[in-house]
Amino acid sequence: MNTILEMRGITKTFPGVKALDNVNLSVREGEIHALIGENGAGKSTLMKVLSGVYPHGSYEGDIRFRGAPVAVRGIADSETLGIVIIHQELALVPLLSITENLFLGNERARGGVIDWTAATLRARDLLRTVGLSDPPETPITDLGVGKQQLVEIAKALSKEVKLLILDEPTASLNESDSDALLALLLRFKAQGIASILISHKLNEIAKVADRVTILRDGTTVETLDCHDAPISQDRIIKGMVGRDLADRYPRRAGTPGEILFEVEGWSADHPIHPGRRVVKDIDLHVRRGEVVGIAGLMGAGRTEFAMSLFGRSYGRNIRGTARLNGRAIDVSTIRRAMDSGLAYATEDRKHYGLVLDNDIRHNVTLANLDGVAKAGVIHHEREIEVANDFRRRLRIRCSSVFQETVNLSGGNQQKVVLSKWLFADPQVLILDEPTRGIDVGAKYEIYTIVNQLVAEGRGVILISSELPELLGVADRIYVMNEGALVAEMPAAEASQERIMHAIMSGGAAGARPADGTGPREYPQ
Amino acid sequence: MSAELNLPARPRDASPAKFLKSHMRDYGMLISLLAIVAFFQYMTDGTLLQPLNLTNLVLQNSYIVIMALGMLLVIVAGHIDLSVGSIVGFIGALAAILMVQFNLHFLPTALICLAAGGLIGAAQGYWVAYFRIPSFIVTLAGMLVFRGLSLALLAGQSVGPFPVEFQRLSSGFIPDVFATGGFHLTTLLLCVATPAILIGLSVATRLRRHRFAIEQEPLPLFVAKSAGLFAAMAGIGWLLASYKGLPNVLIIMALLIGLYAFVTRDTTIGRRVYALGGNEKAAKLSGIDTRRLSFYTFVNMGVLAALAGLIFAARLNTATPKAGVSFELDVIAACFIGGASASGGVGRVTGAVIGAFIMGVMNNGMSILGIGIDWQQVIKGLVLLAAVCFDVYNKGKA
Repeated sequence: MNTILEMRGITKTFPGVKALDNVNLSVREGEIHALIGENGAGKSTLMKVLSGVYPHGSYEGDIRFRGAPVAVRGIADSETLGIVIIHQELALVPLLSITENLFLGNERARGGVIDWTAATLRARDLLRTVGLSDPPETPITDLGVGKQQLVEIAKALSKEVKLLILDEPTASLNESDSDALLALLLRFKAQGIASILISHKLNEIAKVADRVTILRDGTTVETLDCHDAPISQDRIIKGMVGRDLADRYPRRAGTPGEILFEVEGWSADHPIHPGRRVVKDIDLHVRRGEVVGIAGLMGAGRTEFAMSLFGRSYGRNIRGTARLNGRAIDVSTIRRAMDSGLAYATEDRKHYGLVLDNDIRHNVTLANLDGVAKAGVIHHEREIEVANDFRRRLRIRCSSVFQETVNLSGGNQQKVVLSKWLFADPQVLILDEPTRGIDVGAKYEIYTIVNQLVAEGRGVILISSELPELLGVADRIYVMNEGALVAEMPAAEASQERIMHAIMSGGAAGARPADGTGPREYPQ
Repeated sequence: MSAELNLPARPRDASPAKFLKSHMRDYGMLISLLAIVAFFQYMTDGTLLQPLNLTNLVLQNSYIVIMALGMLLVIVAGHIDLSVGSIVGFIGALAAILMVQFNLHFLPTALICLAAGGLIGAAQGYWVAYFRIPSFIVTLAGMLVFRGLSLALLAGQSVGPFPVEFQRLSSGFIPDVFATGGFHLTTLLLCVATPAILIGLSVATRLRRHRFAIEQEPLPLFVAKSAGLFAAMAGIGWLLASYKGLPNVLIIMALLIGLYAFVTRDTTIGRRVYALGGNEKAAKLSGIDTRRLSFYTFVNMGVLAALAGLIFAARLNTATPKAGVSFELDVIAACFIGGASASGGVGRVTGAVIGAFIMGVMNNGMSILGIGIDWQQVIKGLVLLAAVCFDVYNKGKA
């Protein structure tokens, strides 16, 4: 098979840091090539070199595309070549329609006047190719994340793509949407379009990839061919972290104690559509020293439940009681919920978790400024001491605690968010997708932190879309679907199949999931 | 929590040149101010820094500086306040009516006026914070409303003059306890003691930080900066002392600058305002009452605008319907020149003060040189643009 892309000896230096050191990557025509590595290993930098975000000349090394050397100076250049990158954060304009987004910057126009008929027809074609049935005039905001991802891919197709780069496309998709997307990649492959797939989800890579290139610390570790021999996940992990992870989930000693936290009859309505019940009559409890998982599909109402519980930060018309140590607590504002011993670490660390312009130190103390202040005056040295302490305990990788959080990798940002809540010293900590988009090594460290928390007698509620994680970390798992809890099982008796089964049968009564992104098919 | 191994290896203080480069943003504006002062000092053949002119410079800019302190908080919180110029006019009018027409003593008048400023700020802040109406729109409305109200209050006339005690707010000088006559010794002593105390405090901080192995300004730079601060303040003191001494308003201004620098840097309230402007949602989810905080930044702005209104009226010794027109632009420009970010979360009190003085020195210097008001505005506009470009460029490089 011919090689479509050959990157040789790519070295990219930022002031003081060598982000890429002599990296090689070769992609064959019509293959799905997985690119994996820990956060900060250099995957995104390499793709930015390829797509021209870092122009030719700002790095060393050669790129050959379809046999000819190329000097990419900008995104426009790479798109002309047929290299299209789809970023993790989708680049769609929410209030414009699908058609308008598809042809943004590339309008079907003559002399500056848009030919809407041609555009709509072409849009319809493209949408059919990616399997999206919504009308082309639908605004992007009305689509779920899964469908938005498809629109991005359709946009790439409109540019006569030869090589498609997807940066963690399934990070925010549920299983069925992820499967649909992977199936689409396989279809492209059949049509001869090559893809580079950056992903942290090893099972997906095992499913679709032809070859895997592993990066570590800015260098190529190896390229494995999946057809020679099936590659085990352990093999990949070993390559990524440079060591064997004996167990992906650290073991925990001790058994849960008495009931610490209870919620009874908790309900909440949609903030904009009054009367639309999003969280329905939830009863749950957490024991001292217990990790309680909440499983469910995207849009099942798990985040909505957690946020409505945490100081009514979501929804309206919220009812129900919360009890800590058997006594009813006031969670009507975020401040009161925190004072009652609750904390909620968000799933969206960039928008809801961190003040990105501020350094690690200021973010760590934000939720408990009084802990480093006397009579409202901040004790700066004490604050630095606190930040350094968390830096050490949570192994936050940074140049110092004065580094702005915007420059940290995802895993380290997540650790800063966790530090913030640990410093607030809650009794019950709700973690919403704490390991989304972060690499295996950092995940392990975060699980270790969770274990420490419960060992101290706290309770943890873990919301996660990754079933293996729930099975590996939680003591007990609740299953949520369409706003209600539909099952509860000890982790020892749970399995991915049982959880999915609970979702399917529990949700069947309510027919179609809210935004159509629900289970279409369910991998057995 | 123990202070064991958790500290990073003791950082060697960076070389001065390197440190300067990475903190260009912080030093750039100060250097610009010094350069501008030097430029006009030369161009005006030394008129700029003559005792009389220096005193005038302080008097002319006091109200802009005072409002810039409040505006900085508003901007850092992610808002803007366009109404301050109109509030200056309105409060001046209110003070005039109370003192001239109702013969009220100046103290209750001042208190009423400050309270009125707070109420005006509260009224605007209420819509911004609790109804989420963009501050640009609310304060644009306020700008029209209070300009109109000051016209209405004064019935289109100028009202004055004010009682002498009130005029002293702006045109008075502190008494010389030594009464040596001629040279104002108290002024000089204050101007020597203040920087000495400030430097003493920062040496203490430095030592404390050194114990915690926190990276800080390299020693040569610190010494140079401290010496510069001392020389500048003592020099200004010398000059002012050889005229009439420290103006009362300079004392008010200095105290307020110190207070706001402290609040923004060292208090939980200040920190929360920065978090609010940096990421409102994250701040809110961290238990910060973001609405109340926004509300109070406007109340604070209103009070400071009222104080500026009183000082301005006292200085003119009359209240006119046009008082304070376009002050908001000078105040906002001072904050942005001083490095505040239009998207919130970034900005410093010292920066805003320096920004205000950059504008003030240029106004004063160009007037001495006889440059017309037309070209003055052109130049000031370009300087604002250049300052912000410099900031953005530096940020991009970092």
